[in-house]
Amino acid sequence: MNLFADAIGWILDPSHWTGPDGIPNRILEHLGYTTITVLIATAIAVTLGLYIGHTGRLRGLVVGVTGALRALPTLGLLVYLAVLFGLGIRFALLPTIIVLVVLAIPPLLAGAYSGVQSVDGRTVDAARSMGMTEWQILWKVEVPLALPLIIGGIRSAVLQVVATATVAAYISLGGLGRYIIDALPVRDYTKVLVGALLVTILALVLDGILIFCQRLTIPAGVRAIQISSRERSTSRSTPAVSSAA
Amino acid sequence: MTWVLANLEQIWELTVAHILLSIAPILLGFVLAVPIGWFAHRFRVSRGVVLTVCGLLYTIPSLALIVAMPTILGTKILDPLNLIVTLTLYAIALMVRTATDAFDAVSKDVIQSSTAVGFGAWRRFWQVELPLAGPVLLAGLRVVSTSTVSLVTLGALVGMSGLGYLFTNGYQRNFPTEILTGIVGTVLIAVVFDVLLVLIGRMLLPWARVDEAARRGAGSARVKAVAA
Repeated sequence: MNLFADAIGWILDPSHWTGPDGIPNRILEHLGYTTITVLIATAIAVTLGLYIGHTGRLRGLVVGVTGALRALPTLGLLVYLAVLFGLGIRFALLPTIIVLVVLAIPPLLAGAYSGVQSVDGRTVDAARSMGMTEWQILWKVEVPLALPLIIGGIRSAVLQVVATATVAAYISLGGLGRYIIDALPVRDYTKVLVGALLVTILALVLDGILIFCQRLTIPAGVRAIQISSRERSTSRSTPAVSSAA
Repeated sequence: MTWVLANLEQIWELTVAHILLSIAPILLGFVLAVPIGWFAHRFRVSRGVVLTVCGLLYTIPSLALIVAMPTILGTKILDPLNLIVTLTLYAIALMVRTATDAFDAVSKDVIQSSTAVGFGAWRRFWQVELPLAGPVLLAGLRVVSTSTVSLVTLGALVGMSGLGYLFTNGYQRNFPTEILTGIVGTVLIAVVFDVLLVLIGRMLLPWARVDEAARRGAGSARVKAVAA
């Protein structure tokens, strides 16, 4: 347990907060990889998920893709691409981003697809009968209602990408993984723990922000229904209990 | 391909090590997660706590947890126990959620009927709740199995055996064939495990297939109605 105290002391040491190997710079690098990855992956996976969810076509693809991509070992894919491209240290970013995008696609795809799927078919039919075009149905009905689940997908994608971006340091990129990968061979376990703690804290903070966004995106109408149905269920259960007694 | 044939013996040894390292976390995770999930399903207070803890557990990066394990357990850095405990924790974190949902999905009417015909809590769990939660539990276990097999490769970064060794060694030697062999091997193990789980599921849960067929039949009927 002493190692934990050492690690926290290391983090709080002001001399570790400056320079290219300082904590702020490593966090920024880490956030940089995460942001690029999640943006690219969202553009691909959410578009695809909305298309599949709305049209119902290619549904088997979701199950197949999410299952198959999960089995791919991240570390293996990363070093394979790095060696295959053979671009050297300066271009290590490309294989890293590809691998992280592959990792982020399954949760995003599942979130977008199940989000649209979860929209009540009667709501969509009602929108259609009011004369909305398919495009309007998608953007004005399905996407707003699916948004909490879509952001749920983004949450798990961000968590996985933040956690896995540590591996990028293995092919000589920056980020918080540097602390872990640099310190392992020299058996500096304090610094390894520092890396582990910082990544965990970063993941928790980002998750907290996204949970907040998820709450905000529940449409006002849906929230009203949720609250009223909760009140109804409690008011209904009370007399049932008293009559049982 | 020549490299693969020349090194078959080593690849086989690494594969066996990989399989052994994967099995323990998958089984332990399942066995521990089902009762935890049941408690989370049964008691409202424990539900929030358990699900939050599992969520938090999943945010810890796997590599970080593997390297932090010796500090927590007091083991040596090369002890396979570090990897097994870490992956078991992940398996539990993934599985408890599904287990809770699985028990939640068991119809209340069925539970009440079984109580009414005289099932005690213990017999009800084994003969009513567990079998009915089976299909969902199996789906969760398949996810756990696939991700565990793939996570075992990370052990190579801290000097553990398994197919991940082909990644670190192939990277140092700048040799893509070796790395690709490791990737294909890992995916194959994951697929074999998955097929085995599905087969075990068919044997233990024959009613799940009937349910699924019924649902699929109803689904296609609905699609046809919409198309017409």
